[in-house]
Amino acid sequence: MLHCTAPNLETPLIRKAIVTPAKSDTPDMPFPPRLELSGICKSYPAVVANDNVSLTVARGEIHAVLGENGAGKSTLMKIIFGAVKPDAGTVRWNGADVHVANPQDARKLGIAMVFQHFSLFDTLTVAENIALGLAADVNMAELAEQIRQTGKNYGLELEPHRHVHTLSVGERQRVEIVRALLTKPQLLILDEPTSVLTPQAVQKLFVTLRQISAEGCSILYISHKLDEIRELCHSATVMRGGKVTGHCDPAQETAASLSRLMIGAEPEQEEETEPHAPGELRLQIKHLSLPRAHAFATPLDGITLDLCSGEIVGIAGVSGNGQQELLAALSGEDRRAKPAMITLKGKPVGHLGPNARRALGQSLVPEERLGRGAVPEMSLTDNMLLSHQRAPFVVNGMIQFKHAIQAAADIISRFRVKASGPAALAKSLSGGNLQKFIVGREIVRKPDVFVVAQPTWGVDVGAAAQIHHEIRLLKEAGCAVLVISEELDELFHLCDRLHVIAKGRLSPSISNQEATREQIGLWMSGLWDKDGNAAGVATGELASA
Amino acid sequence: MRKLPHVALPFRLELRAVPSRNMAYFSPVLALALTLFFGALLFLALGKNPLTGLQVFLLEPIRSWAAISELLLKTTPLVLCALGLSICYRANVWNIGAEGQLIAGGIAAGSVILMFDNGSPVLPGGMVLVLASLAGVLGGALWAGITALLRDRFNANEILVSLMLTYIAQLLLMYMVNGPLKDPHGMNFPQSRVFSPEFLLPPLFAGSRLHIGFAVMLIASAVMTVFVYRSFAGYRLTVGGLAPLAARYAGFSSRRALWTSLLISGGFAGIAGAFEVTGPIGQVLPSISPGYGFAAIIVAFVGRLNPIGTIFGGLILSLFYLGGEMAQSRLGLPSAITGLFQGMLLFLLLACDTLINYRLRWTSPAHAQS
Repeated sequence: MLHCTAPNLETPLIRKAIVTPAKSDTPDMPFPPRLELSGICKSYPAVVANDNVSLTVARGEIHAVLGENGAGKSTLMKIIFGAVKPDAGTVRWNGADVHVANPQDARKLGIAMVFQHFSLFDTLTVAENIALGLAADVNMAELAEQIRQTGKNYGLELEPHRHVHTLSVGERQRVEIVRALLTKPQLLILDEPTSVLTPQAVQKLFVTLRQISAEGCSILYISHKLDEIRELCHSATVMRGGKVTGHCDPAQETAASLSRLMIGAEPEQEEETEPHAPGELRLQIKHLSLPRAHAFATPLDGITLDLCSGEIVGIAGVSGNGQQELLAALSGEDRRAKPAMITLKGKPVGHLGPNARRALGQSLVPEERLGRGAVPEMSLTDNMLLSHQRAPFVVNGMIQFKHAIQAAADIISRFRVKASGPAALAKSLSGGNLQKFIVGREIVRKPDVFVVAQPTWGVDVGAAAQIHHEIRLLKEAGCAVLVISEELDELFHLCDRLHVIAKGRLSPSISNQEATREQIGLWMSGLWDKDGNAAGVATGELASA
Repeated sequence: MRKLPHVALPFRLELRAVPSRNMAYFSPVLALALTLFFGALLFLALGKNPLTGLQVFLLEPIRSWAAISELLLKTTPLVLCALGLSICYRANVWNIGAEGQLIAGGIAAGSVILMFDNGSPVLPGGMVLVLASLAGVLGGALWAGITALLRDRFNANEILVSLMLTYIAQLLLMYMVNGPLKDPHGMNFPQSRVFSPEFLLPPLFAGSRLHIGFAVMLIASAVMTVFVYRSFAGYRLTVGGLAPLAARYAGFSSRRALWTSLLISGGFAGIAGAFEVTGPIGQVLPSISPGYGFAAIIVAFVGRLNPIGTIFGGLILSLFYLGGEMAQSRLGLPSAITGLFQGMLLFLLLACDTLINYRLRWTSPAHAQS
C-alpha cells in the first residue's frame, strides 16, 4: 500500500510478521495471540489501578476494553505501551515474553497508540508533528504525500501543511490516527476514537478499522459507547474498579447487559419530558458574518439563530466547520462582530467581552476543559474564579477564599465530582469529573442563557447521563440552552430543535421529531438548500475543511 | 520522547502523578547545598583550601553586626527587583531588563535630588527623598513601558527588547554623568555632585549604612504577598501566565496583563535604583549597580516567585556578592567568583526543579525492596 519510512522495521520479528499475511479476519489459532497479559497489577499510593488483570488479543482481532472513567483502562493501556511499569504480571507478545520498558520499545514491537489527550505540538504543522516520530532524515514532501494518501485511504483527510493550533479537536485526532497508521502497527490502541466523528465518519472509521484488522493488525478499542462496540468489536474485556469483570462477545450482548458489567447497574433512563412552548427570546444571532481570524480559520457566513427560554437548541456538524469561531463570537473572546449581530436578552452584545456577557446572564462551557475551561495547575477553588468574578467571590478587588472554597465544595457534592476536595488541582481530575465540575460551575451561576460545547466529549456513561440530566433541569427552570456538539446521539437525545453548521454557514432549524440521522448527516455536508446552492460542495472536501 | 543514556544508573526518573509541593520548596535548598559543594571543588581546583574558601565566602560576610547590615543593604535592591520580576514571570512576561529599569530609576531619582539639592532648599530633605523615590518608580516603569509598548504594538519579543534596553540605559547613564548631571566642580570626572546629608536616605541604625529602604522592601514583600495570593488582579496575572486561553475565556485581557506586570516590575526596579543612588552611593556615578537587576532573576526563581521567598533568595545572592568581595581580598581570587556562584546556583536550581515533577527511583538491587 504505502511506502513506510518508519525506522523500526529492522526487527526480524516484525519483518516476518509483515510478510506473513493474516489468513482471515477472525482469530486464528495457529498463530500465537498477538498480545497476552496475565496477572497485571499496578498500585499507586492512593488507588489500585489494575488488580490481576488478564487480557488476550488475537491476531487481527478488534478487542474492546470497556469501562467507566477510573476503571483502570488507561493504566492498562499505558502498561502495554510501556509508559507505566506494572508491579506484577507478564506481557507476552506474539507468543514470547517481552519486557516493554518504554514507548520506544513498544513502537519497536509494532504497537501504536492514539491517546485520548493528544500529544501534538501546536506550533508545528501536521507533517512536522508526524515527522517527529519518524527517522531524522525523512523526506518531508514524500511524507506529506503519504499523509494525504493514508488520509484518503482511510477517510481521514488532512492538509499536511496546516499548523496544529488551527485544527479542531476532531482534526487533531485524525492527525494522531494517521500518525499511528503510518508506522504500520501490529497492534493499534485507540482511546475513545469516535468521540468527535459524525455518524458517517464513524462508519468510515469502522471500515478503516476492519480493513486494518483484516490485514492482520490487532486493535484494542477503548470506549464506553456500547452500540459501537457491539457493532465493531470481535470480543470485549470489561473492567470495573481496576478488575476485569467479564470477557464477552459484544455482538451476543445487549447494551444493557454490557452496561451492567461495566457500571454494575443499568444507567438511569431519563423520562421524556413533553415539549412545551418556548418562552421569550433570550439569544439572537442575526446575519453573523466574520472573516477568518487566521489563515486556517473558518469564516462565519450569515449565521442566524434564535434561542428562547425553556428550550434546548443543538448545533451539529463536523469539527472545523466554524464551531470554534461561532463559540468565540458567542463567548466574547472574539469581539469583531457588530453589536447588533448578537443580542442577549434584547441587548446588542456583539462587541462585548466575556465578563459583560456573564453579567447579562450568559454562562458558557468551552470545548477544551483543560487550558480553557479550567487552569490545569490551579485548584478547583481557584478555578471557580474564572467565571465567578463578582461578590461574594471578589470584594473590593480581594478574593474571598471562604466563599470560593465553599462554592467549590458545594459543586463537588451536588454534581458528585470525584475529587479529593476544593484544593485538588484541576488536572488531577479525570475528564468526566472535571467536565462535571465546569458544567456545575457554570450552572450554579443560574444563567438565563447557557451555551455548552461538546458537553460529554470523552466522558463516561454515568457522567454523561448526569450532565444531560443537569442540562434538562436548566431548561425546565426556564434557561435557554445552546448545545454545540459533534455527537449526533447526544443532540437527538437532548435537543428540541437542531441546526447544522457546515463551512461556516448555519442550516435552518429543524425540530427534533422531524429530523433524521440521514438528513442531518446530509446537512453536515452543507446540503440543506432545496435549490441545491451548496450542492457543489463535496462531502469529502467538507470533512477535510 | 525523552531519551535517557544507556548507562546503568542506580536510579531513574519517574514522573510523579502530582507535582511535589514539598520539593518545590526543598529544591532551592538542595540547589544551594550543591552549589556550595561544587563551590568547594572550585576552590580546590584553584589551589585553595575548600574549607577556608567556604568559610571566607559564606561566614566572613556575616561575622559581625556591621557585616550583617551590609548583607541586608545589598539584599534590598535584589529583593525589590525580584518582587517585580516574580510578577512578570508569573504572568509569563519574560522581563530580563530589571537592570536597565533599575538604572533608569536611579537616573530619575538622582536628577530630582540634584534639582533640589542646590544650597537653597525649597523643600525639606524628607519630601525630596519621597519625590526622588517616586521619580525612581516612574523612571523604572517608563523604561519597562518601552518594552510593553513594543511588545503590545509590534509583538516584539520582550526578552530581547528588555535586555537590550539595559545596555541603552547604561549608555544613557554614561551620557547623564558626562553631561547634564556632571558635577561642575568635579575636575571633569564623569560623576555628579555628592548629595548633601539631608538628601540621603536616613539609616535605620546609627553607624550603619543600612537605610530605610530595607524597611520599605520588607513592607513591599508583605504587600506583594497579599497582591499575589489574595487580590483578584494577582489572580488574573497568574491565570494569564498558566493558561492564556483560560484567561481569554474568563475575559482577562492579555494586554492588560502585559502592561500591569511590566509596569509593576519596572516600578520596583526603579525604586531599587533610587534607593541605591540616595542610599549607599550618595551621588550619580557611571555605574550604580553591580548587576543587581540580573542577579534578581536568580533571586526570583530561588524564591519560587513568592514575595516572601524572594527575601531568602535575596539574602543568598547578597551573601554571594559579599563573599565574592571577601574571596577577592582574602584569597586573591578574581571577581568573577561571584558570577560563577550565581550561575551555578541558577543552573543547579533548574536541575533540581526536575524533581518537582519527577522522582528518583532507585533501581539497584539493594534498593529494589524498599
